[in-house]
Amino acid sequence: MSDKKIDDVTGISTTGHEWDGIRELDNPMPRWWLWTFYATIVWALAYTIAYPAWPLISSATNGMLGYSSRAELRTELDGAVAARADYAAAVAAAPVEDIIADEALRQFATSAGAAAFKVNCVQCHGSGAAGSAGYPNLNDDEWLWGGTPEDIRVTIAHGIRFEADGETRFSEMPAFGGMLGRDEVTALATHVKALGEGGDLSGPGAELFANNCASCHGEAGKGDITLGAPDLTDAIWLYGSTSADIAAQIRAPRHGVMPGWIDRLGETTVKELTVYVHSLGGGQ
Amino acid sequence: MSGTIEVERHEAEAVNSAKLRQPLYTARRKIFPKRASGSYRSFKWLVMAVTLGIYYLTPWLRWDRGPHAPDQAVLVDLANRRFYFFFIEIWPQEFFLVAGLLVMAGLGLFLVTSTVGRAWCGYTCPQTVWVDLFLVVERAVEGDRNARIKLDQAPWSARKLGLRLAKHAIWIAIAVATGGAWIFYFADAPTLFVELFTAQAAPVAYITVAILTATTYTFGGLMREQVCTYMCPWPRIQAAMLDEHSLTVTYNDWRGEPRSRHAKRAQAQGIATGDCVDCNACVVVCPMGIDIRDGQQLECITCALCIDACDGVMDKLGRERGLISYATLADYNANMALATGNGAHAIEPAKVRDAGGALSEAVAHFHLRKIFRPRTFIYFGGWALVGLMLIYGLVTRDRLEMNVLHDRNPQFVVLSDGSIRNGYTVKLLNKVPEVRTVLVSLHDLPGATMNVVGIDLPDSVSVPVTLEPDRTKSLKIYVRQPRELGAGGVQALRFTVEDRSTLEAADYTTSFESPE
Repeated sequence: MSDKKIDDVTGISTTGHEWDGIRELDNPMPRWWLWTFYATIVWALAYTIAYPAWPLISSATNGMLGYSSRAELRTELDGAVAARADYAAAVAAAPVEDIIADEALRQFATSAGAAAFKVNCVQCHGSGAAGSAGYPNLNDDEWLWGGTPEDIRVTIAHGIRFEADGETRFSEMPAFGGMLGRDEVTALATHVKALGEGGDLSGPGAELFANNCASCHGEAGKGDITLGAPDLTDAIWLYGSTSADIAAQIRAPRHGVMPGWIDRLGETTVKELTVYVHSLGGGQ
Repeated sequence: MSGTIEVERHEAEAVNSAKLRQPLYTARRKIFPKRASGSYRSFKWLVMAVTLGIYYLTPWLRWDRGPHAPDQAVLVDLANRRFYFFFIEIWPQEFFLVAGLLVMAGLGLFLVTSTVGRAWCGYTCPQTVWVDLFLVVERAVEGDRNARIKLDQAPWSARKLGLRLAKHAIWIAIAVATGGAWIFYFADAPTLFVELFTAQAAPVAYITVAILTATTYTFGGLMREQVCTYMCPWPRIQAAMLDEHSLTVTYNDWRGEPRSRHAKRAQAQGIATGDCVDCNACVVVCPMGIDIRDGQQLECITCALCIDACDGVMDKLGRERGLISYATLADYNANMALATGNGAHAIEPAKVRDAGGALSEAVAHFHLRKIFRPRTFIYFGGWALVGLMLIYGLVTRDRLEMNVLHDRNPQFVVLSDGSIRNGYTVKLLNKVPEVRTVLVSLHDLPGATMNVVGIDLPDSVSVPVTLEPDRTKSLKIYVRQPRELGAGGVQALRFTVEDRSTLEAADYTTSFESPE
């Protein structure tokens, strides 16, 4: 039981609580503190009426103000969309070349494109757009289907070998494994490697190349972007640059597929992606 | 009682004296400081005018910086992250200069406190200045001490209500002006002034004004001395910096005691009396509600109004001034020893002054040379050193700077001809409010050339770039090196930027990555 008594030193009554001879004085709380405490109670009640608070069986009270964090997010997102509406409308109206020529529009489209790239493109091309074996590096200056803004836009919009889109880019290299013998493929691979790195171009591969490959890749092996045929003389190899890699590609070519994005992302976002990809350093 | 000098006596008790000190949770006992007059009061009026003038008027001063920068002399431009102070413009990365000013303010406070005691508290602290200002209003509306006490004790009436409303209305007006002046430091003052009164200013402006209005009104009008006594850490810190040679407001009891209200009668009876006639003039003027005769106290802000009050009484009595004075502890102790025969007996006024009231020649007085002692030299030396470093830093700081970020993803790109390309984000900081054209160049990498995105020039080793006034320009630069000239691996690469018209230059060494 508590044992209230008056403290000798201060003359104030104690609460009766005692710990090792130390007793607690029963001083009143400061008034401002007490009133603040009452105010917080009033505030808390008002708050639970005004805002969603009390849990019910399957939901909660909605509150008189009708607030929800989802609606607040919606408002903020709408606000962000509205804030960039002018630029977005300008991007939608202008051809890609004009966007690139206008500094302010280019910066806007590059930022927007970078954001769209991170969501839609990095899964294959990598976060730095450097690609990997089978997935082209978008930073370099070789373009299978052309590196002008319009070329890039068409590729992004309609994809490559994307059957759902009738305007998709399409090319198919035959599998020479069934047509050429093992030695012939090796000779051809040696020739193709020599095209880029220098070396003997008069070997048996030269004739094989002229007969089988030059129709798409050109007499000199420079490729043809209208056919999506890669340049075989440069330093960039999508599927690897060793003789074995080249021979494998001659025997049974792999064909990458890229989806077309126009239906999923819309015209404006495709343009923004185009500007971003074009800005990576290899755009023409 | 012809021939007697009339001294007004006040029946007053110092509400904050040690013997009357109350438990902390009881209501505050009001203080009604009487108006003082004298040289310290005049000096405080002057300090008040100067400090309030600086505070209220500074945002309205103009300073021409040309067409590309604001013309407000002192401006903290938070939106653009710039701080303008007359001819100085500070970017966020130069904010250490402001930190240096804070160090100087700290050391300056040490210096001032060790020489003249709590002069900051007594004269220039905003709390002191605004309380003084609020007391001026209170006196003008309700009258001086006695009238205010009477009013406070009177029952509520139309007159009392009217006076109280008038006082609080003026206080709130001052508080609004105080809060209002603050925000003018953060935006163009004339523009913001118009916006403020046409409800066009940003919400944060109104919120700031409201908060500062509330604090000014509460601290200056309602809480007053409690801010100094209970809330402020300064008194504790400053008290620790005093030594026996620091000037503090001191009641010189070695000449004042034994105090007597009836000095003539006592003297006629052969009882020795000190100079203090116990008129309480020092108590009634004290804004902190203390009795300086109780000795040095934490509450005392050394505003020196008790000195003025006491000097006025001493003048009337024809005695020497300085019964309450600025004195050092060393002098006080020496004089006390003189008056008490080194503590051998109670204070004997005859030992420090003659029958006519003139002080003995043995009495110690403050001398200016006591300011010059090792402690103050160290403080002043530190203060001056920091100041010189700041001036040096300010004069020699770069107004054209370059930062380079090397692309990490991808680290390098192999181009179709086999050459290697690296990407860099180059940030050029033009810290002057003028347009200028600078030359960005590439060094130390054999055979390398660069091109800048957005600047349509053939690949080269230097590119002219136009910089916006007072802005950072971010360039995307691609550097390529032919395969046969590269050493492979990581090579060093240096960018330089130079303004050929001012001969300013900056450089940045980074790396160039290529396959092993």
